[in-house]
Amino acid sequence: MLEIRDLFKSYENKPLLRGISFSVSQGETICLLGASGSGKSTLLRMIAGLEFPESGHILFNKIDLAQTPPHARDFGLVFQDYGLFPHLDIFNNVAFGLKMRNVSTEKINSRVAEMLDLVNLQGFEKRKVTDLSGGEQQRVALARALAPSPRLLMFDEPLGALDKSLKEDLLNQIRIILHKTEIPAIYVTHDQDEAFTIADRILFLYDGEIIRDGTPDEVWTNPNSVYAARMLGMGNVIEGVVTSPNKVKTEVGIFTLNCRHKHSKGEKISLLLKQSEDGVDEIKLKVEDVLFKRDQFQVKTKSGLVIHMKEAPKIGQIIRVKVQVECLA
Amino acid sequence: MLRRSILSVFESPRFFRVLLWIAPIVFLLSYFFLPLSKILILAFNTSALTKTNFQLILSTLSFTFYQAALSTILTFILGLPSAILFSRFNFRGKSLLRALTAVPFMLPTVVVASSFNALFGNHGLFSSISDSKYSSFILHPSSFSLILLAHIFYNTTIVIRIVGNALSRFDPKLEQAARSLGADTFRVWKNITLPLLRPSLLAAALLVFMFDFTSFGVILLLGGSNFSTLEVEIYLRVLKLPNLPLAALLSIVQLIFTLIFSILYTRTINQVTTQTAPRFSISKPPKSFCERAFVLTFYLLLVTFFLLPLASLPIRSLTRLEADRGQRGEVQYGFTTDYYKELFINRRGSLFYVPPIDAARNSLGYASLTVLLSLALGYPAAYALAKPTRLEKFLDPLIMLPLGASAVMLGLGFIISFGRSLASPWFVPIAHTLVALPFVIRTLQPALASIPERLRQAASTLGASPFRVWQTVDFPILSRATLSAATFAFTVSLGEFGATLLLTRPEYPTIPIAIQRFLSQPGGLNFGQAMAMATLLMLLTTLAILIIEKLRLPNSGEF
Repeated sequence: MLEIRDLFKSYENKPLLRGISFSVSQGETICLLGASGSGKSTLLRMIAGLEFPESGHILFNKIDLAQTPPHARDFGLVFQDYGLFPHLDIFNNVAFGLKMRNVSTEKINSRVAEMLDLVNLQGFEKRKVTDLSGGEQQRVALARALAPSPRLLMFDEPLGALDKSLKEDLLNQIRIILHKTEIPAIYVTHDQDEAFTIADRILFLYDGEIIRDGTPDEVWTNPNSVYAARMLGMGNVIEGVVTSPNKVKTEVGIFTLNCRHKHSKGEKISLLLKQSEDGVDEIKLKVEDVLFKRDQFQVKTKSGLVIHMKEAPKIGQIIRVKVQVECLA
Repeated sequence: MLRRSILSVFESPRFFRVLLWIAPIVFLLSYFFLPLSKILILAFNTSALTKTNFQLILSTLSFTFYQAALSTILTFILGLPSAILFSRFNFRGKSLLRALTAVPFMLPTVVVASSFNALFGNHGLFSSISDSKYSSFILHPSSFSLILLAHIFYNTTIVIRIVGNALSRFDPKLEQAARSLGADTFRVWKNITLPLLRPSLLAAALLVFMFDFTSFGVILLLGGSNFSTLEVEIYLRVLKLPNLPLAALLSIVQLIFTLIFSILYTRTINQVTTQTAPRFSISKPPKSFCERAFVLTFYLLLVTFFLLPLASLPIRSLTRLEADRGQRGEVQYGFTTDYYKELFINRRGSLFYVPPIDAARNSLGYASLTVLLSLALGYPAAYALAKPTRLEKFLDPLIMLPLGASAVMLGLGFIISFGRSLASPWFVPIAHTLVALPFVIRTLQPALASIPERLRQAASTLGASPFRVWQTVDFPILSRATLSAATFAFTVSLGEFGATLLLTRPEYPTIPIAIQRFLSQPGGLNFGQAMAMATLLMLLTTLAILIIEKLRLPNSGEF
C-alpha cells in the first residue's frame, strides 16, 4: 500500500532524515518510535503532503504522490493538540471532510452519527469544541479523520497531551477501531508503552535513520542497538571488550557471549545485561538502594546495574544474580 | 470620642473613594458634560432643525462616509498583504520596518499633512519635476488623492497589528487538518482561515473607518474647505460661516456615529482576544520564488511609502526650490537654513505679532500644563479604578466618553459655553487635558492594579516601614507608568490641532497652529517655515515616542 523509498530531508541545513525506507500494508499499524526532534513528525507531514522531501519517493498503491497535493491524497491526520476547528460545532468538524468531498446531506448526517457512535460521543453534534475535555476533543479529531474513510491514517503523538488513565482508555479504543476498519495506520510516538500496545510493527527512528524494524515481540527480545535498548527502558547496558571468541570482559565481570555476529578479539562492544534464571553467568553485586515496586523490589547496585527481586535485600548486602548478556550491534 | 468618629469617617474606604473622585468629576462636569449639554440644547433648537440644514448634513454625512469607506478599503489593500508579510515571514530589518509603519500613527496630523505637502504639494519636492503624461498621476496627485494617501499612511499600522497578530496567533495545524481532510487552498481560506480571522478583520476595519470618519487635520490641511467632512463642516460653521446651531447639530450627528462605531469595535475586539494563544512562531524565511517576490515587493513598497514623506519633510525644510516673496537679485537654490533662521525673526507684516519660534514656547508651556493637570486628575481616578467597586464600574465609561467626542466638538462646546471671547489662554490646556485624560488614566490604572497586595505584605513582613514599602514596591512600578503617561499627555498636547484651532488666541499660537497659518499663506518663505516648524514638531514627537516605547509595560495592550 504505502511505500517510502529513501527519503532525505534536512532542517536548518542539518540532515534530519537520511534515507528512510519502509512500507505499510493493508490493515497494518506501524509505530514510529523516536525521541522528540528525531524527525518523526516531519516524516508524517511529508507523507501527508504538507512538506516536501529533498529526495526520495512516497508511493501509494505503486503510484508516486510527488505531484498529488495534500487535499487529494485522502490520508487522515490526527494531531497531538487535536487541531479541531474552533468556529465549528462537533457535527461540522466531523462532517468537514465529507463536505469537501461533496457528499449528500443525508449521507453526511448518517456518517457523522456513525462516527460519533464509534468514538462513544453519541449526541455531541451540537456541542462546541471548547466545551469538551481533552480526551473528548481527541475522540472528535479521530472521528473527523475517520469520517471520509481515508486510505491511510496518521497519528502524530495523539495522546501526548492527555493524562495517564485517559491515555490507556483512548489507546485501546484506537486499537479496536483500527482493527475494525482495517485502515493502514502510522502512529508516531515517543512512548514505548503506546507503541507496544498499538503497533503491529515498530520502527525505531534514530539519528535520521530507521535502526530497528520489527514486531513488538522481536524488538523487545532483541533491540539490536544501545539506543533502542535505552529507548525501551532496558537500563542495564554496559560496555565490554571481547577477550576470546565467546567471552567478553566488562567492569562487572566476564560474560559468555551468545551472539549471531562474529566478534574479533579486542573489539569493544555494548552489551544488554538481562536478569535470567537460565543465565549462564552469575555476578556478585553490592546493594546500594532498594525501592518497593508493587509486586517486586527494584534493587540499585553499586556498579550502577538495576535488578529486580522478589524479596528485599539489605543495603550493603552482597547478592548473587544469574544473568545473560546480549550484544547490541 | 468625637475626634475618633471624625477620624474614622476619614479613614472609611467609601469616604476615601468619594474623595478621590471629586476633582476628576468636577473637571469633567464643568468642561465636558456642561459644554456637551449646551451643544445638545443648541442643536435641538428650532432654528437648527431646518430643511436646508438637514440637506447639508445629509450631503456632508454621505461625503464623510464615502471618503472614510474608500480610505478604509485602500488601507486594507496595503495593510492585508503587509499583515501577511509581518506574520508569516522572517527577513532582515523586519522589526525596523514594522516600527517604521507604526511611526505615522503617533505623529500629529499637522506633521503628516506637512510631510505630504513637502513631497506632493504645490511647493513640494516633486513640484519641480516637470509633468509628463504618465508621471502626473503619481507625482502630482489631486487633493483628494492626497487625503486618501495620508489616511492610508496613518492607519495601515492598525491593520498590520490587529490582523497580523491574529494571523501569527493562527494555529497552522488547523489549515493542515483541513487540507488533509480534502480542502484545496481556496476552500481552506473560505472555510477555515477567513471565518477565524473575521473578528480581527472586522475590528481593524471598524477602527480604521472610525479614524478616517473623524479625520480633521489631514483633510483641512491637504484638501482645504473644498472637502467637507462632518469635522471640517463643524469648523467652517464655527469660524468661517458662523452658524453655531448647525455646528452643534453636526457635532451631535458625529458623536452618535462615533459612539456606534466604538460600541461595535469593543464588541468585535473582545471576540478577537478569545482566540487561541500563540504557542510558537509560524513565521519563516521566504523560500519559493513567489514568496521571495512577494516579500521583496512589499518590503520596497512599504519602505518607499513610509520613508519618503517622512524624509522629505526635513529635506524640504533645508532646501530652497523657489524665490521667496519679495526676494530680489540672485536666488540661491539648494541647501539653506534660512527657514529655521526666519523662525526667530519678528518681521513687520508677517503672520504673527511675535517671532514664530514663540509658538514653540507656547506649545511647550501648554504641554507642561496639560501634563500637570492630567496627572493631577488622572492619578486619583486611576487609584479608584485600580480596585473597582460598583461606583467605579458606573463611572468608568463616563470618564472615557470624551474619547468619543472629536477635538473640534470640544472646541465648539467651549465656545458655546464660555463665549467666543475666551480671553484666558487657560482653555487650551484644559481642552488638551480632556483629550489626554482617558489615555493617562488607562496608562496609570493597569500599573496601579498590577501591584499585588502580596508584594506589599511581603515587604512589610521583611521589616519595611509603610514609607519603605511605597518606596521599594509602589514607586519603581509607578514611576515608569507615570513618566509614560506624562509623555503621552505631553505629546497629545504638542500635536493637538482641532480644539486648539477653535480656541487659540492670535497672539498665542501653538506649533500646529503656526504650521497651519504658514501653509495657508502663499510664498516660498511661508512654505519653508511651515516645513521647518513641522520638522521641529516631528523631532519632538519622535523623541516622546521613543521615551514611551522604552517605558511601555509589557502586555499593556494595544490601542
